[in-house]
Amino acid sequence: MAVYDSFNYDVLVVGAGGAGLRAVIEAAASGVSVGLICKSLLGKAHTVMAEGGMAAAMAHNDDRDSWRVHFADTMRGGQYINNWRMAELHAKEAPDRVRELEAWGAVFDRTPDGRINQRNFGGHRYPRLAHVGDRTGLELIRTLQDHAVHTGMTVHMEHTVVELLLEGGRAAGVVAYDRERGRFHVFTAKAVVLATGGIGRAYRVTSNSWEGTGDGHALAYRAGAELIDMEFIQFHPTGMVWPPSVRGILVTEGVRGEGGVLKNSEGRRFMFDDIPDNYKPQTASDPEEGWRYTQGDKSARRPPELLTRDHVARCINREVKAGRGSPHGGVFLDIAWIKEKIKDSEAHIKRKLPSMYHQFKELADLDITKEPMEVGPTTHYVMGGVRVDADTQMSTIPGLFACGECASGINGANRLGGNSLSDLIVFGKLAGECAAKFARENGAVRADETRVTRAIQEVLAPFDRGATGENPYKVQSDLQDTMQALVGIVRNQGEMAEALKRIQAFNQRAARVGVTGHRDYHSGWHTAIDLRNLLAVSEAVTLSALERKESRGGHFREDYPDKVAEYGTFNIMVKQGNDGAMKLARVPLPPIPEHLKEVIEEQKS
Amino acid sequence: MQVERTLSPTLKLRRTAGALATAVGLRGDESPMPKTATFKIWRTHPEGDGTFQTFHTDITDGMVVLDVVHKIQAEQAPDLAVRWNCKAGKCGSCSAEINGKPRLMCMTRLSQVNLLEPVTVEPMRAFPAIKDLVTDVSWNFRVKKAITKFKPRRADAADGTWRMRQRDIDRVQEFRKCIECFLCQDVCHVLRDHHKHEEFIGPRFFVYAANLEMNPLDTEDRVPELKEQHGIGYCNITKCCTKVCPEHIHITDNAIIPLKERVVDRYFDPLTKLLRVFR
Repeated sequence: MAVYDSFNYDVLVVGAGGAGLRAVIEAAASGVSVGLICKSLLGKAHTVMAEGGMAAAMAHNDDRDSWRVHFADTMRGGQYINNWRMAELHAKEAPDRVRELEAWGAVFDRTPDGRINQRNFGGHRYPRLAHVGDRTGLELIRTLQDHAVHTGMTVHMEHTVVELLLEGGRAAGVVAYDRERGRFHVFTAKAVVLATGGIGRAYRVTSNSWEGTGDGHALAYRAGAELIDMEFIQFHPTGMVWPPSVRGILVTEGVRGEGGVLKNSEGRRFMFDDIPDNYKPQTASDPEEGWRYTQGDKSARRPPELLTRDHVARCINREVKAGRGSPHGGVFLDIAWIKEKIKDSEAHIKRKLPSMYHQFKELADLDITKEPMEVGPTTHYVMGGVRVDADTQMSTIPGLFACGECASGINGANRLGGNSLSDLIVFGKLAGECAAKFARENGAVRADETRVTRAIQEVLAPFDRGATGENPYKVQSDLQDTMQALVGIVRNQGEMAEALKRIQAFNQRAARVGVTGHRDYHSGWHTAIDLRNLLAVSEAVTLSALERKESRGGHFREDYPDKVAEYGTFNIMVKQGNDGAMKLARVPLPPIPEHLKEVIEEQKS
Repeated sequence: MQVERTLSPTLKLRRTAGALATAVGLRGDESPMPKTATFKIWRTHPEGDGTFQTFHTDITDGMVVLDVVHKIQAEQAPDLAVRWNCKAGKCGSCSAEINGKPRLMCMTRLSQVNLLEPVTVEPMRAFPAIKDLVTDVSWNFRVKKAITKFKPRRADAADGTWRMRQRDIDRVQEFRKCIECFLCQDVCHVLRDHHKHEEFIGPRFFVYAANLEMNPLDTEDRVPELKEQHGIGYCNITKCCTKVCPEHIHITDNAIIPLKERVVDRYFDPLTKLLRVFR
């Protein structure tokens, strides 16, 4: 029999970024016992990397804003295959969720009349992002962390979950190990909330930290839950491209929100050359109008640099491929030029974009107040994830909830910047609330001993193979190269079919990886375990992307470059079949109620 | 400035690309970046204690120390333990002592260290070792929980919101930049040399307490606990913490000294003392 410690909670939350912490706070407030498992130390999750802000239609900076406009913006950004109910809930509840952060100690930047200041961002019609300079994610996670530790919950830091346990088809807990000593722990819980974030580590160039290995996606999938929209991955248009070791690290959209412009090697502002028809009425007709927009002129329309991220990323990709890129294979992002417009622009830039200034100064030896940055697309966010019920965040498995990036629905084919942080707090709260309710209404569960033993054996297998096995780092690295080259920003049938073939081969190699040494804080072993998850999500992304024979949002196919109306009527879903193979299905979109259709129509002008 | 305004965007960008190339060249001219480097990395032994292990590895332009550690991990020592996360100086996970200096590994470029000598990388020494470069920092989380939490005043507006002026929160926002890397704790001699962990919360948590005390909305009074339980009197303002802060927070001047002043005003001001007698 396997050796492990046991823990029992009413609600167990896996993941301690914004969504997980918000779920913990809500569940604990209702009086149930709550456990929190996080892969890193508390407060280090990928949420700290979020820069620009959180979108909430509080209308502080422009009283024309309302939930209706935010809802319509989110649906337009998602190319209308979002879950309308999630988009509606999100737009309506985000303002309250932001305000309550202030009651918990968050200190947002202020408007001249002393309210929370809101900034412009791509795809948002009005200034809508509550922010703290360009470190909003840090403010969010620290506020939630400092509040959550006083709720009576128990945190298990540096633990990785390797298996989701079920009992009679219902979620019953998880098997995890601690990184520190490699000991196993079995957690039983009446309700489990997955809040594990993204999958960026499946790609070579990514803004994600090492944690983004699709754990929640893969755990839910292996337990029999459904994943939808996995073909939609957001490539953020502006990641660092030089030096090589920092390639992919995010350069906030806030740079463009503050007036930064994109130029190619010929000095041309190429974003003016390609403005999609459905965004033309809202886009500036010349640079001067775009500048006025960034400075809060309500009569001006936004510059094309603030079009949706998928579009900007493809335009950059096109410039680089056409040989008009920067010296290190990106394009130029210039904020220094605003010295033509603002007196003391140097101090202004440092105040508005302090961590960007810092990041380039220290990592690239470049002063952004004086010189343009080099930027290029980076794998940033997965729109796809666990399919959940909009009003409860429960997956297709009873008692299993998901929220934040690992859940799917709110973003459709593409996420607007700023909608992620607000998604975390709106749906983190909802998941925590509904998980607590589920726990109160349902009886105790037990861990299935056979499943636990098998899970532990599988996880320890790399030690049995020892030095004769494959190097896990090498397999992970080869997978990243494959996904980057074959299932990236621009896709086609042939390349993705090849990727699928290679993923099968990687699966076989992953089954042969070996490690030596002790279990204590063993990064090679951890990488070997994460591989399973990366492979499952990579297959889900590729299969779904092959199925969607059109281009929409974050999914662009050069062999099917146009949007096809028929594909706008369903989501693509993957699920593990009885034979263990990945099965694919088309799930019709729930019809949008008439009153919300009207909201969308009224905002189209 | 006049001249700059008349330059065409094309010319300006050409000049910038040139400037970038020159900057790279300059670094090369001053001290040519070697192609390989020697790193001495602290390895703990299962039975306790540890020694430096020497690694020779290829390096490339723009690398940071964390890249080197990862490269060694992937190619030579897969079980080498290192804690890291964002790799962009934002999460504060990869704190270590590089050539004896407390630094974030992800923000220390090789161009900043002398590569002609072996580079030493060792864990933060003020915390118990777990393995190799990883230390047990759990004490910090326990300390933070013991500080009285934030409690706002009643809302200013009917909708439950507050009004604050930006200039009134500037100083609090400086404290809230903290990424909790604990380098300030590592370098503080009260903790590092005198091990006053039970009586002294360390610079990080004075910054945290200052952020709460100076938040215009907060209604709690933490002055008594700062004096009695948190040991602010132990700090003799040597400013070592400020020097190592990767976020450049003025820990001593802006957080610790103002808190010390509050304690002094409350407990040691003769006039206040006298008033207290008669109250």
